[in-house]
Amino acid sequence: MTLYVKNKQVVIPGETIAYGKYDLQGPVYVLKQRVYSKVIGVVEVDEKKKINLIPLKGKYVPREGDLIIGKIVDVGITGWTVDINAPYKAVLPASEVLAKPTDAAKLDLSKILDIGDLIVAKVIAFDYTRDPLLTIKESKLGKITKGTLVEITPVKIPRVIGRKGSMINMIKSILNVELVVGKNGRILVVGDDPLKEALAVIAIKKIEREAHVPGLTNRMKKFLEKLVKGEKAR
Amino acid sequence: MTTKGSIELINKEGLRIDGRKVYELRPIKIRAGFLKNADGSAYIELGHNKIIAAVYGPREAHPRHVIIPDRAVVRCRYHMAPFSVEERKSPGFSRREIELSKVIREALEPSIFVEEFPRTAIDIFVEVLEADGGTRTASITAASVALADAGIPLRDLVASIAVGKANGQIILDLNGLEDQYGDADMPVAMMPGLGQITLLQADGRFTSEEFEKALALAVKAIKKIYRVQKEALKRRYIEISKEVLESEQ
Repeated sequence: MTLYVKNKQVVIPGETIAYGKYDLQGPVYVLKQRVYSKVIGVVEVDEKKKINLIPLKGKYVPREGDLIIGKIVDVGITGWTVDINAPYKAVLPASEVLAKPTDAAKLDLSKILDIGDLIVAKVIAFDYTRDPLLTIKESKLGKITKGTLVEITPVKIPRVIGRKGSMINMIKSILNVELVVGKNGRILVVGDDPLKEALAVIAIKKIEREAHVPGLTNRMKKFLEKLVKGEKAR
Repeated sequence: MTTKGSIELINKEGLRIDGRKVYELRPIKIRAGFLKNADGSAYIELGHNKIIAAVYGPREAHPRHVIIPDRAVVRCRYHMAPFSVEERKSPGFSRREIELSKVIREALEPSIFVEEFPRTAIDIFVEVLEADGGTRTASITAASVALADAGIPLRDLVASIAVGKANGQIILDLNGLEDQYGDADMPVAMMPGLGQITLLQADGRFTSEEFEKALALAVKAIKKIYRVQKEALKRRYIEISKEVLESEQ
């Protein structure tokens, strides 16, 4: 059992992280008992033989149950095609939009959702053999009518949320905005004040840039408080 | 082709036409994240070679018929700019460029976990801005950094270099003239961390001792290039860390 890296160290693909039996998490692979990294990322190691690799870049791969923000790219006869910032385009069938069983063919679907519309949706099925299936039938899902959209690397979404939502709650309370975080790297910021929305966007971009530097939550707290103070002074 | 030994590629002091020793690598410089629009990119300078590599994907595969149901397709386009060589090169794809596209793709494909992204495409674009011998190996080196920069899962980085023979001596990292007038040329690409070779070509004649010697030399140089690749990938993140920590003090 040997560990070749320090905690919070940046590793690249093919770099040996450890030798022996560890509790592994993240994009790593094992060959002849050696643990290698698959991507550029930051390793988190602790005394309990746990290795967690947090990637720094990567594409979003849909998973069942994910909340995502999508953009309508095509309107068909029985549903919509949605861009979800993934290597696969998603399908939103009319039955997952309309409340009552209706004959979708008789309706003009573009009157409900048109090309370019943004939606908050949930992935209900995806198994790689067919394109992911979406729904907007649950509460808090549906067409986006207001707010600002930010796009970041999908793998950094967990940093924006923070441990048990600490980061997201902090941004919400300090800036007094609502955030809808899509797993696909798109975040919707809704606030009463457009300036507050802009500040939240700056904060999210800062998280994306500095996600690999330790002490992120404290640093963001100071940063946000300074932003708010600067705004009040004007 | 001129006949063997008609040009003095190595002088009496044992120095090559560009002043290098026989086992010396040209100066190498790699930058990761060179382009903004690409998912991953890299720029490499190896002597006078200047090459940009860009990676897009995994993304939806078009046209539909190229889709493979259980893995990603890897596509590669190697192209030389018309101004990359002394005599203007026609901008279309030559026979050589089509072949090199395939060679580069096959050197990189074993390093990619293609089975993690079924039905998608990973596109690699290599653009040679200036060429001076050994563009295929430099392209592989740069494209591998670009793949890693795109966040695509890899077994290891692929580093690559050519070894060859001139005036009866084994030489490392052939430049344009040595490539043209030398006796032999052998590009090698490998995943240094795993010790696996992904590309081995050769033209010219090597005795088995010469081959062994040349391969060992290539492996040694590849490990050196590997360190430059690593450093290039980590540099940006370490720079941000430094900047943040300094601003806090």
